[in-house]
Amino acid sequence: MLCECGQYEATIHEVIITSDKKKVERHLCEKCARKQGINPDPYVPISELMSSSSYIMGQISSSPESPDEPLSQTPPRPPVKSKHPTQTCVGCGQTFGGFKKSGLLGCPACYQIFEDRIGPMIERAHEGGCNHVGKVPKRALCESQLNKDDNRIDALLGNIKQREERLDTLRIRLAKSIHDEEYEQAAMLRDELTRLTSLASSEIEATPNRSANAKDSTAASS
Amino acid sequence: MQASDDAQPETNPLRESAFTRNAEWLRGLGESNDVVMSSRVRLARNISGFPFTPQASRIDRTQVLEACRHRILNMTTSTASQFMWINLHQVGREDRNLLVERQLMSRQHAKGKLSTGKGGLDEPRGVAVLVPDERVSIMINEEDHLRLQIIRSGLALTSCLAEANELDDQIEAGMDYAYHPRFGYLTACPTNVGTGLRLSVMLHLPGLKLTGELEKVRRAAHDMGLAVRGFYGEGSDSPGEFYQLSNQTTLGKSDEMLLREMEQEIVPRVVGYERHARKNLIANRKEMLEDQIWRAIGVLKNARLMKVEEAMEYLSLVRVGAMLGLVEGVTLEQIHTLLLHVQPMHLQKTLGKTLTQQQRRVARAELIRKQLTPDLS
Repeated sequence: MLCECGQYEATIHEVIITSDKKKVERHLCEKCARKQGINPDPYVPISELMSSSSYIMGQISSSPESPDEPLSQTPPRPPVKSKHPTQTCVGCGQTFGGFKKSGLLGCPACYQIFEDRIGPMIERAHEGGCNHVGKVPKRALCESQLNKDDNRIDALLGNIKQREERLDTLRIRLAKSIHDEEYEQAAMLRDELTRLTSLASSEIEATPNRSANAKDSTAASS
Repeated sequence: MQASDDAQPETNPLRESAFTRNAEWLRGLGESNDVVMSSRVRLARNISGFPFTPQASRIDRTQVLEACRHRILNMTTSTASQFMWINLHQVGREDRNLLVERQLMSRQHAKGKLSTGKGGLDEPRGVAVLVPDERVSIMINEEDHLRLQIIRSGLALTSCLAEANELDDQIEAGMDYAYHPRFGYLTACPTNVGTGLRLSVMLHLPGLKLTGELEKVRRAAHDMGLAVRGFYGEGSDSPGEFYQLSNQTTLGKSDEMLLREMEQEIVPRVVGYERHARKNLIANRKEMLEDQIWRAIGVLKNARLMKVEEAMEYLSLVRVGAMLGLVEGVTLEQIHTLLLHVQPMHLQKTLGKTLTQQQRRVARAELIRKQLTPDLS
């Protein structure tokens, strides 16, 4: 595939999901990518990316080591205007600006307060991983199920809708693994699907008042 | 040193009886021990209801420290009574650096200074170490409230993870972790969120260095989303061609998926490359390899002044010589122990006094002459 400039092969492929969930794709050669402020060098540690304010703002600045052009000649893309420029975490007082500077969040509540803004960034840093897969705090979950504490269960596993979305994501990944003949990976994804479904099932037994919805969701996933 | 009573905190337990035996990870045992020196699993956890360490006040940190200390010393595992607790803000620089050299905690934790620039030596923080084999250490109030580490010799990520999960469940049995249904275990830095799991192996790659293929492997590792670090972790050098390889992705893959990728795919592949490089060296450049190894032994046997990096480079060559059967009379455990004991703080602890840089070089050369070379042939 040729770059938008029509001269060189496109080696940088950028997909942006807009706020109305539309996909905008761009295919650029390294030269054009640099001109537009995208760093084509893949050897940047995640930690550096995470603490880079330009990365967080959705614009990856050119590396100073860029062989073709000095940094001063590579105009960065216009910053994305924040909807909440002075947003502050109610839990710890951390601001989004503070996070941009340090790369560190202040407290567990920051993940919820800034979820919309850090979610895409986290996804990119974790190679597309956007939902946790695997271990759930064991004792907390057991206690919540025994005490039929719906709020606590939702806090650990997500609500029915969120769980369904996670199951759907896993099903898509499972289908892809089978298609790519990555059978060991597929087996693990299948186990994870089974585990997640069984967690929801345990909840059905523990919380009969929510059984109608939950049964629907587990039936869909089995 | 046994678990200390709450009312009588230990202020400086290191000088008495700790670390008189070799840590398990120095023993040179386990699968693929010719290339994999040690395996390490680290879990990052935070306690619900408290700010993460970088944002926490001194009072918060003290409360977290006490809650964790109480929890760790009251676990119901068979090993719980063997934990030694150290309040790092109450011990001296020598002891803190000793713990770093023994791979029981990070350099950042020794300084108490967080990556934000906040903190300092007197910040309330601690570390719990399982003695005598030192395979478990738990840092409190590092970047995250709890950082649980299991370290073993050879390629042993599966057993490390099993033990980490058992201890993690034990700790969680007495405190609520910060957890989010979408993001999993919440951590101060979003690069660790999800499983909070870091799987690392310390690899010895002199063959790839000598055949000029090391950079290729490094780039391949980066392409696979792995981090390559030096002997003492982030920002450290790799004298002797010892490299830590670890996963960077922690969200979207379960513990088991990350483990399988690392232990069954990535590490065996790198081990295969290193073995192939060593085999090629033996087949095509044996004289050159033997010459380098025996020159190293010549220096180790005779030098009167030795820098730490120099010692690590030469000991690395002895290690590869021993693994290829070109050198006899030395075990992996002896080499690994020396790699540790030539470090500045270990030298000073062995001699029981503070030494200048020049005195350390003299002492290092003497230690190697005494402990390593008499039986080498």
